[in-house]
Amino acid sequence: MTSINDPKPESFQLSQLINDTRYRSYTFQFVALIVLFFLVGYLYLNLVENLRTAGLDISYEFLGEPAGYDINQRLVEYNSQSSHWRASVVGVLNTLLVAFVGCILATIFGVTAGVLRLSNNWIVAKLMAVYVEIFRNVPVLIWILIINAIFLIALPQPKAFKSRGGNPPEAEMLWDSFAFTGRGIYAPKPVFETGSWVVVVVFILSIIGMFAYRRYTKLALYAHGRDLPRGWPSLAILFVPAILVYFVMGSPIGLEYPELKGFNFKGGIWARGSFVALTFALAIYTGAFIAENVRAGILAISKGQTEAAAALGIRPGRIMSLVILPQALRVIIPPMISNFLNLTKNSSLAIAVGYMDITGTLGGITLNQTGRAIEAILLLMAFYLAISLGISAIMNVYNNSIKLKER
Amino acid sequence: MSDQSIAFVRHETLPPSPPPASETGIVKWMRENLFSSVTNSILTLAALYGIYSILSGSMPWILGGIWQAPSLQACREILAGDSAGCFAVLTERWHQLIFGFKYPQEAYWRPTLAFVLLIVAVAPVLFANLPRRMLILTGLYPFIGFWLIWGGTIMAPLMGLVGFIVAYMVFQRLERSSFAMGALGGLVAAIIFWTLGGYVSDAMSGFLALEQIPSRDMGGFMLNIILGTVCVSLSLPIGILLALGRQSNMPIIKIICVVFIEFIRGVPLITLLFVANVVLAYFLPPGTTFDLILRVIIMITMFSSAYIAEVIRGGLAALPRGQYEAGDSLGLDYAQSMRLIILPQALKISIPGIVNVAVGLFKDTTLVSVISMFDLVGMIRGPILASTEWNGVYWELFGFASLLFFIICYGISQYSQWLERQLATDHR
Repeated sequence: MTSINDPKPESFQLSQLINDTRYRSYTFQFVALIVLFFLVGYLYLNLVENLRTAGLDISYEFLGEPAGYDINQRLVEYNSQSSHWRASVVGVLNTLLVAFVGCILATIFGVTAGVLRLSNNWIVAKLMAVYVEIFRNVPVLIWILIINAIFLIALPQPKAFKSRGGNPPEAEMLWDSFAFTGRGIYAPKPVFETGSWVVVVVFILSIIGMFAYRRYTKLALYAHGRDLPRGWPSLAILFVPAILVYFVMGSPIGLEYPELKGFNFKGGIWARGSFVALTFALAIYTGAFIAENVRAGILAISKGQTEAAAALGIRPGRIMSLVILPQALRVIIPPMISNFLNLTKNSSLAIAVGYMDITGTLGGITLNQTGRAIEAILLLMAFYLAISLGISAIMNVYNNSIKLKER
Repeated sequence: MSDQSIAFVRHETLPPSPPPASETGIVKWMRENLFSSVTNSILTLAALYGIYSILSGSMPWILGGIWQAPSLQACREILAGDSAGCFAVLTERWHQLIFGFKYPQEAYWRPTLAFVLLIVAVAPVLFANLPRRMLILTGLYPFIGFWLIWGGTIMAPLMGLVGFIVAYMVFQRLERSSFAMGALGGLVAAIIFWTLGGYVSDAMSGFLALEQIPSRDMGGFMLNIILGTVCVSLSLPIGILLALGRQSNMPIIKIICVVFIEFIRGVPLITLLFVANVVLAYFLPPGTTFDLILRVIIMITMFSSAYIAEVIRGGLAALPRGQYEAGDSLGLDYAQSMRLIILPQALKISIPGIVNVAVGLFKDTTLVSVISMFDLVGMIRGPILASTEWNGVYWELFGFASLLFFIICYGISQYSQWLERQLATDHR
């Protein structure tokens, strides 16, 4: 006699952890976690053991101790008695300064080269291609060193601007206000006297007014079909009130020109050679990459868009600004931001030309003086990481806002 | 009225007259491409003037250069006030620029041979129409190259090679049960074999031995090439694993990969090199002395694998969902569908990106000069510019370095564009 039994309810077997896809992923993750745990534990134990034998510990107290070294390029008050923390802040500001100026310059270089590379002028297009290929294919460190050498060697020293014994000087200042020397660039500095704030406030109001006017013309165009002039009224709104107030208040903003005193220039703004060389090298290197992005972005817009706009009777300039650019920017901006990030990270090469950025202060002299390698490098990485993650977060928000609204 | 007919009928067609001179040949081309408008004409003239001033400044300097002189003073004496390049520094310091200043002179043939073999070994990977047998040399190359450059007994690389073969055999054996088991078994077998092989090669240290050269003696452009080649080839498999991990649906593995990739991509390479230089030793067992070059290789490999992982993730994300589903519906497991269906397509899409990362990485190998390793840039900034003979020869040396990097990087990017055209199987 046979009886048919129900199939046994599946009981969990250990082999299912390996063979059953339902459970296998748990096994893998568990193993990965264990391996990671042991790896971190192993490294940590090694660290503790090594620090004990070297008689060290992990502490950030060194940040409060006086740094004892001087930083020649600084945006905030600093002297050799200031703390290491203060030195790091000076370095951070210097990094941000290079990154900020470099990004602006790189955008100018890149957009110009990218647009010109698409020009229908053969020789200009080829020249821009040569620029892009040369700068993209040679390491940025070599460019920084070359451009630094150009500034150091090829530009005249300040003493060359001095006329000696009736002879005309070997070098002359540009418009009597800019001096390009091997020690850096000297430029006039605005001096704000009493009453200057009125001019500044009026100028800021004019900027707001200009944007309001442009918005108004747009509304008038879209709502009522009236095409108001834009160019000269914007310029007038921007400059006329400020200039009037400037003279009414009795010229409160003056310029302090750099002057040759002895063997060096005094007064004005002095951008150090290392800063100028580093910023310029980073900008022209990154500009080559941005040029390629701009070119790709413009090429990505199909020719039909231009033709359709032309068929609607839009003028060529308006086609670019109203039809092509808004679409191309969507393609151009994300890689451009990552190029800006690269520029910021590459600015750590400042150490090669002696510009004191965060890598030069915290990761360089502070590290060598205090011997706090782990702490210093951790802080250094945290700083760069914070910048990178911050910018990518902003970029994600931006990307979502300009994403094509598909239905 | 005359009855003579004045009517004239032409019997043959006129020969076509040539187009007007302004509408043909070079004139037309110039009118269209150089002088099509006032702005364009101005731009053209400005560009021509720019080119002329650059060439007129640099050509006499380059062509009149001195190639044979023992020092900068001697070179300046030969030039007698003329402005021209002292390329003699390149001929005189050639070996230092290429091999560094410590690599033994009588062993220069070894890296040279290794470089030639490198070209032969890479060729079949780059060009698909070369005989496939040459891939055997590619497989053997890492071991031959190591033996040639670092020296020592041939037993050490030989044991390494046999270890890989053993691992592969064990993997094939166990793969039938599951891919993971196979991989694990292969790894264990290789480690066991290498441990045993270590004793064998120690015992036979005189067998076919070349003079051993410590890696701190390596330098010059050779160092750039070593770092570039080793790090790119190591970071490719690691990058693939990281990309797969980031795309995986196992949360813990995904988190590990994301954290690693974002951390590495968020910091500059130079901080990682600082880690290799001063910090890494703290995390190793006490008493281990670890080659600086090896530490640098580890950090650069980590760096580039994170970037390659992002490129490959892009390729994986670009594949249509249907490919993954097709793999599942054929009953392939994860490893099979990845190996047979997904990765071949994803890697093909990612080739341009991978080449970009490789070129960037090769350029970034110059950063090791910042942690006082003497690669090409390090040699120029350190021993050569600091020497009494050649103090102040900037343009010739940096020009040479830029030219070397330009040739290689431009060549690689041209190759990648060619390959893209070759692999384009769609029709436009």
